[in-house]
Amino acid sequence: MSSMKMLVILLCLLAFTSLAAAKEATPMATDPEMEKTVNAIAAELRCLVCQNQTIADSHAPLAVDLKNQVRDMVESGQSQDEIVDYMVQRYGDFVRYRPPMKASTMLLWAGPFLLLLIGVVVLVVNLRKRAAMMKNDEDLSLEENERLQNLLAAEFSQQNAAQRDSSQQKAGVEKS
Amino acid sequence: MLRYIVPLLVFLVVAVFLGVGLDLNPREVPSPLIDKPAPVFNLPKLHALETSFSSKEMLGKVWLLNVWASWCVACRSEHPLLVQLSRANFVPIYGLNYKDEPNEAKSWLQQLGDPYVASLSDYEGKVGIDYGVYGVPETFVIDKQGVIRHKVIGPVTPAALDNCVLPLVEKLQQASAQAVVKRTEVEGCA
Repeated sequence: MSSMKMLVILLCLLAFTSLAAAKEATPMATDPEMEKTVNAIAAELRCLVCQNQTIADSHAPLAVDLKNQVRDMVESGQSQDEIVDYMVQRYGDFVRYRPPMKASTMLLWAGPFLLLLIGVVVLVVNLRKRAAMMKNDEDLSLEENERLQNLLAAEFSQQNAAQRDSSQQKAGVEKS
Repeated sequence: MLRYIVPLLVFLVVAVFLGVGLDLNPREVPSPLIDKPAPVFNLPKLHALETSFSSKEMLGKVWLLNVWASWCVACRSEHPLLVQLSRANFVPIYGLNYKDEPNEAKSWLQQLGDPYVASLSDYEGKVGIDYGVYGVPETFVIDKQGVIRHKVIGPVTPAALDNCVLPLVEKLQQASAQAVVKRTEVEGCA
């Protein structure tokens, strides 16, 4: 199959998916503005039956009931805070997708920053250690430098001598 | 030495956290209603839909409110235990028939036995929402002042009944009408 054909088919499929999605989202409140508010609040609330979905996403009977409850409350003019409080009173903080800041949730909120802090401290300590090591390398006294040069020179000449020997040996072997 | 100890410590911490996590039940969401007044409701009685029952009638008594439905599979598994408990005449059990067709509910009880003093028909599930019901069956222990003292989520097991619910009910019954008895006073409820 040519890639062009494939592309056309994929585009067609894509068009259908958007159709299907559009069909599902039928507003229930008479006022579309109000339905927007209902959906916004429902998206902040966790469905307790299928715990990783919001009640806006879930089709579980309880989620549908709770969404209806949210709709009723919005229609009777209650604010988002009042509605969320109503849910928290019944289902606990767990129902909120954004956990509140409390003593019991401090670890949850501070944990990532704590880990970041530990990471930064480890990094800084390691960098300092490395910098100190490199500084030590540079800080040779004049005498030490001279000694180093001598040692390196000695090593170098030794190596040269060894090489010379081995090449002479090789030459000898070839000759014989 | 440190380069071996640090990874070992990190591993141990992670292992302990994951190990504890294995033992937790994410389905069991702690109810904010414990030690709070049970929401007051008026509902029709399942077996006499024209008469209503008010939860206020139960003030002064320790009672169990069991949320059930004929469509609920797990309710079947706890049902024999409730029937047995009701025969002992130890504590009155009321049923909250949650989002159920009354006729189906009645035939369900006829078939499996009726442990309830009365079942109350919460057809729309509004009372269920007030009680924070999210998984049927659920069982609430309510004291003489009408305060929820304990909630069992899911089917009541013989162990939960013997270690927590019954000792708690007994303590609540013995306490005076104004006394505050929390479930933490019963070891098996922790």
